[in-house]
Amino acid sequence: MNFQAIKAIYRYEINRTLRTWKQSIASPVISTSLYFIVFGSAIGSRMMDIDGVSYAAFIVPGLILLTILVESINNAAFGIYMPRFTGTIYEILAAPISAFEIVIAYVGAAATKSVVLGLIILLTARGFVDFSIVYPFWMLAFLVLISVTFCLFGFVLGVWADGFERLQIVPMMVVMPLTFLGGSFYSINMLPGIWQTVALFNPVVYLVNGFRWSFYGVSDVNAALSLSMIFLFMLICLSVIWWIFKTGYKIKV
Amino acid sequence: MPDEAIISVSNLSKVYPSGFQALDNINLTIKRGEIFALLGPNGAGKTTLISILCGLVNPGPGELKVDGLDVVKDYRAVRRKIGLVPQEISISMFETVWATVNLTRGLYGKKPDNVYLEKLLRSLSLWDKKDNKLMTLSGGMKRRVLIAKALSHQPQVLFLDEPTAGVDVELRRDMWQMIRGLKNDGVTIILTTHYIEEAEDMADRVGVINKGRIVLVEEKAELMKKLGRRELVLELPAPLPALPAAVQIDGLVLSADGKKLTYTYDTRSDYGEIGRVIRTLYDHGIEFRDLQTSQSTLEDIFVSLVSGNDANAVESKGGAQ
Ligand SMILES: Nc1ncnc2c1ncn2[C@@H]1O[C@H](COP(=O)(O)OP(=O)(O)OP(=O)(O)O)[C@@H](O)[C@H]1O
Ligand SMILES: [Mg+2]
Repeated sequence: MNFQAIKAIYRYEINRTLRTWKQSIASPVISTSLYFIVFGSAIGSRMMDIDGVSYAAFIVPGLILLTILVESINNAAFGIYMPRFTGTIYEILAAPISAFEIVIAYVGAAATKSVVLGLIILLTARGFVDFSIVYPFWMLAFLVLISVTFCLFGFVLGVWADGFERLQIVPMMVVMPLTFLGGSFYSINMLPGIWQTVALFNPVVYLVNGFRWSFYGVSDVNAALSLSMIFLFMLICLSVIWWIFKTGYKIKV
Repeated sequence: MPDEAIISVSNLSKVYPSGFQALDNINLTIKRGEIFALLGPNGAGKTTLISILCGLVNPGPGELKVDGLDVVKDYRAVRRKIGLVPQEISISMFETVWATVNLTRGLYGKKPDNVYLEKLLRSLSLWDKKDNKLMTLSGGMKRRVLIAKALSHQPQVLFLDEPTAGVDVELRRDMWQMIRGLKNDGVTIILTTHYIEEAEDMADRVGVINKGRIVLVEEKAELMKKLGRRELVLELPAPLPALPAAVQIDGLVLSADGKKLTYTYDTRSDYGEIGRVIRTLYDHGIEFRDLQTSQSTLEDIFVSLVSGNDANAVESKGGAQ
């Protein structure tokens, strides 16, 4: 293992985040806070409790997740897309590092940022909403696993993308809607009959419910099933990445 | 005792996914410690060859060894030995000089070494710019940053892909001086260029590549000897059946039709030679109507090589090896 190289890329990526902290940390924290104010404090006070949890508290895990998913994808995708776009990827390709190490470094850095961002949002949320976490360990485990998985997905996207448009389109057009429809703001039990079944085909339902279970011990789906779904998605991303490096797809000709 | 060859390429071909054949059965050996100039017109395959050796492009069929190690199988060991200055200036514009040089060193698995990096940046006149963002540097400075990056991990082999493109005379001179210094430290240098003078000035050996084929590899000294040749052509007023025995001079040849005498000589030898030849001819009653001299240049060789009529080209001793 070329640890120095992993460290060098990791540090470079973290520095990039710190350099652009306004955009990469402050702006997601502020926009999520707006959700807490509007949905949690303003509207939430007029809503009924769901599964014995106040509405404002109920939406906290989903809102954190919404930001984590979008930011993980964006950050990991940009991390690898920018060197491809500017040509600086030559340096990574010519270095004595394996594909595995490249992925660890880029995805590791992006996931670190997501986890930190998630924790910052969590603390911010505590300022608006009163809640406690039943299973802190599992909360952290879900946060890390989901961050890593979606950073892997972002990495794939960053390799696949041919332009900035493609880079933006997936988080905006796929992940955002799936998260909104995935029970971030409601329990899927509240949906009319057939839609409950349809919802189960939305992978984000499992993420949101697993994460929410770690907060309040309540969930629409089994937490173990949630965890399995995350691992399954992670496995798919890893296979795609393995294939990308094996064939050099869009990285090497 | 180390092997004399540091890079050996055998029967390497490369077809891009587009179907374009960029390299066609390349055989090439680079000697340890030499400066090798790879000359060729646009699209000849210079960058492709270098990119394959550096791991940027997947190799096609063929065998590639650096210091006895396989470029694909032993990629880690191989790449640690190599530094690359790419043709295009690709750097992350928001990074500082110091950070980017440290990044490269880290990528090659080396521990930070501020003393060495300071020395390196000073030698490239970049030390006072070390905290500047790359986007604030001029084009020539950016190119020097690329060189600093390529040398940041103290490689044994340095590839320079058109290092002097867009570089002013002074910087070019500095660059050559630095390259000579590296050579003295035992670094093997492979550079590509369109400029023949560059190859003449710097290289120990010169290779010419065209349309993906190596058409010539030669010691520069050997090449210069051929270049140094001048030809004196004398047109005779009447055909001469044969050269009289008394004017049998080395290098003097009568054409088949007897109308021309050609004398080939070395510019570096005594100029008295031509005078002697002409006097001797006069003394034996051989007069001439007209006279012309010509000199072949590396340019001529290059042009005739790459324009495809290899048969007319200067025969290369040993050819591509
Ligand atoms: N990724 C690619 N896909 C398809 N063809 C390519 C690719 N890269 C290069 N080529 C083609 O391969 C040939 C050799 O290109 P290469 O860059 O090796 O030339 P070069 O000798 O470095 O030229 P120059 O002096 O202009 O830098 C060119 O015809 C080029 O169009
Ligand atoms: Mg080139």
